[in-house]
Amino acid sequence: MTRHLSVTGALALALLAGCSRHKAAAPALHATAAGSAIVVSSGDKQLGNPGTPLPQPIVVQVNDDQGNGVTGALVRFSAPAGVRFDPAAALTDSSGQVTTNVTLGDASGRYQLTAVSQDKKGKDLAVQAGAVAAGYQQQLGYELQKNYCSRCHDPESTPDQVSNYDNLAVKPHAFSEGDTFNKLSDADLAALVSHGGPAMNLSALMPAYGSTLSEADIRAVIAYIRLVSDPPYEPPGMVYAKR
Amino acid sequence: MQASNKIRLSWRALFRDPIRPFGVASLFLLMAFAIAPAKDHFSEWRHYQNAYLRLIHDRSDAGTLQRHFRPGIQQIWLPEAGVVDRCKTCHEGMAEAGLVDVKTQPFGKHPPIPHSLTEFGCVVCHRGQGVATTVAEAHDSTLAPEEPLLPARYMEASCGQCHHEALSGTPKLNQGRVMLARYGCVHCHTVKLPDGSTMMPSDEPPPLTHIAEKTSREWIYAWLKNPQSYSATATMPNFLLSDDDARDISAFLIANSAASGAAHAVLVAATATRTADPSAGASLYGESFCASCHATQNAAGDVVGGDLGPELTGIGTKVKPEWLRSWLRNPHEYAPGTSMPQYRWTDQQLDLLTGFLAAKSNSDFTANVHLDPATPEQIAHGRKLVAEYGCAVCHEIRGIRKPDNFAPELSRIGSKPLAQLVFTSGMNQTLPDYLAAKIQHPRDFGPGLRMPQYTFTSPQVDALSTALLSLTDRSFTMPQQWQVASPKRSNYQPAGHAGKLMADLNCQACHRMNGRGGDMAPDLSAEGSSVHRQWLNQFLANPNTLRPALIRRMPRFNLTDTERAELTDYIMTAYQIPGIDPDAVSDSGSSPALVEQGRQIFYSKYACQGCHMVDPKQDKGYVGPPLTTVGSRLTAAWIDAWLKNPQALRPGTIEPNRDMSDDDARALTAFLMAQKGSGKQEAKR
Repeated sequence: MTRHLSVTGALALALLAGCSRHKAAAPALHATAAGSAIVVSSGDKQLGNPGTPLPQPIVVQVNDDQGNGVTGALVRFSAPAGVRFDPAAALTDSSGQVTTNVTLGDASGRYQLTAVSQDKKGKDLAVQAGAVAAGYQQQLGYELQKNYCSRCHDPESTPDQVSNYDNLAVKPHAFSEGDTFNKLSDADLAALVSHGGPAMNLSALMPAYGSTLSEADIRAVIAYIRLVSDPPYEPPGMVYAKR
Repeated sequence: MQASNKIRLSWRALFRDPIRPFGVASLFLLMAFAIAPAKDHFSEWRHYQNAYLRLIHDRSDAGTLQRHFRPGIQQIWLPEAGVVDRCKTCHEGMAEAGLVDVKTQPFGKHPPIPHSLTEFGCVVCHRGQGVATTVAEAHDSTLAPEEPLLPARYMEASCGQCHHEALSGTPKLNQGRVMLARYGCVHCHTVKLPDGSTMMPSDEPPPLTHIAEKTSREWIYAWLKNPQSYSATATMPNFLLSDDDARDISAFLIANSAASGAAHAVLVAATATRTADPSAGASLYGESFCASCHATQNAAGDVVGGDLGPELTGIGTKVKPEWLRSWLRNPHEYAPGTSMPQYRWTDQQLDLLTGFLAAKSNSDFTANVHLDPATPEQIAHGRKLVAEYGCAVCHEIRGIRKPDNFAPELSRIGSKPLAQLVFTSGMNQTLPDYLAAKIQHPRDFGPGLRMPQYTFTSPQVDALSTALLSLTDRSFTMPQQWQVASPKRSNYQPAGHAGKLMADLNCQACHRMNGRGGDMAPDLSAEGSSVHRQWLNQFLANPNTLRPALIRRMPRFNLTDTERAELTDYIMTAYQIPGIDPDAVSDSGSSPALVEQGRQIFYSKYACQGCHMVDPKQDKGYVGPPLTTVGSRLTAAWIDAWLKNPQALRPGTIEPNRDMSDDDARALTAFLMAQKGSGKQEAKR
């Protein structure tokens, strides 16, 4: 009887061990090197859509003390629930980089994506990359500002869309300039867009769009500006709501 | 008798006392009565409602939220739409503006959309099982795999059920719809829309009736084997043909080709074309703005240019020089429906351009193709294959009838029941995953399938899937008040002799007129009301761009004076819009004071120099067209009407409507009309 029990026990143990080994085998990644710093090389601050892969992959690099890439360091990615990484963990390549494709979660808004590697002492090195998912309203705002606003507000000039930014006597603010836009309330921004710069004591080079865009359109453009502002915009009601 | 005795005996054995059965029955009854309340008490939705109450309890706006809270099952019932949605039972806070910061589901606020949640319900957009009150059944439709939730990734598909026009908030859906037409999906698959119309393709597969004049059998073979290896931007997909099949189809197409007749006389003279000077050819290619429609690969390996016509990087390998010259002379002779305009090139220019293009070759493409002369069996087999693969659905092929309903109809593909889909092993068993996989790897779904292999990127697959998912059963049964009028389709074509000229030049390939035409160049429906006759005539003689920042420009067609006069007359008379009275605002003779007043409001009040240039030395704006010579281009009546409401004259134009008063508009018009060109402007200074 005892022997019978011990056999069963051994079997169960072996089964458990097999299972656990199977689970652990999934990543099967062992760091062969460690760096001392981790940075985001490209793909930070992208605009995407809910449930959709970001347009560009995120590339992080693990560096040593001299700032050179470290090959074979293990990098793990993590984010709020719903975000998927492909791959979620990988070893750095010969230039010290890891590339991952990110699919955002189903909710619109801001996402903090974290990449973690370990230094030689086993201490975590972490770096964060931001991504935003535009919901319907913000997507509409993005499309509207691309047509109406970005010709002046986007300082980047490309052959496809030449920017008028450099030609203006008073420079417009890029929509990512949170320090400027976060000070303006939604009502002020709406007034600025619909009645033009002079309505807010600003330059007349900002024309009035109140008869061109509908109120919903203007709200959408503001929602887009709030989405991409850096530092992030905190609506005034939230402090009150959070107690 | 014995049996009944037995029952009586066993009955007595069980319940000796008559009170016993009564007690047992009461106990059973009590338990039965308790089942319903217990199920209710432990139900999933009650758990979420309790969690919601705990969530709002600690908030400072708890009072408002608690007042709004309704316990029990909540539902939105829209009888005419067949909607019974109980989603709000768990998603208690979906309409609470205060919960905008709550990220934990199911309690967050619904993000802003243009529709009211209570008037449209949830499943019309999100799909899923609205009546269900468990998460698994409502979201994943687990009891019977009918319609699970639509993933957020394809959400724009839901807008497309009612909105058949391009909305600015649904770029993915718009792109997918354009792709269905542009990549020829709707050649084979019929897509009927709820308004009764059928989706029409927008690509132009060339006719293969005279293909032997155009290209060689070797090129056809290599093309059939892999169109994308000739040009990565090729529209034709890869049919994954075997060597033998490609050999036989190419044999059949060459053997089946008939002489086009008209072109041949000219072709003989064209043999000397290759001696032409290549640099002169390149500049003619540039001057003619071929790159507005055709792309070529530049030295850096980037494909640069328009995508209205085929990429020309390897055109010298593809076509025979004699054919090319004849095509450039008059493309309509070879392909009557082509979008390529009939340029009026001189014989010398034709030679130059033919020589320049013929030198653009990628000889590697056909280098390894060695075909023996075709046998009658191969030709017969080729004909059979051409019929099997449905080549004639897209291409005109002599002697082969265009098959009807060649591929399954997709009008309601977005509601296809899962039970009717055949999945490959290991894939996610959902409709969106099925569509995406089918678009990416159509031949994986079974042997004998003929759908070709496309080379779409992942965002393109997303866009196509979104457009397909919008083709639902529900879109055909939307209640009256939700139906959105479809965009009007116009078959407008300019009439008469001038109309024939405009058809030769294919003006409508780029310009829209009265609702039909391309969108590369400005809409000309109001051109006659806006410009001066003399300006238009000169522009047609030497079109230069109105906007220096634009890369794509109007070609010069070498029109004769008579043709130009005819075209000008036609545009000036046929494309007028009511409401612009040329006599209402005087073209000239404004007082200098009014002009000066206009100048002041141009620079100060309206700050037009932000986007426009009047004085090129000082102004820099180039979002809108330069206005240095606007007085000789536009009429005063047009400028006046435009300033007051630009969108009324050209819907969608980005110049903002400034609600200009009559006085301001008059002064600005006077100022702009004074901008006749450099000579006069400097004289005035």
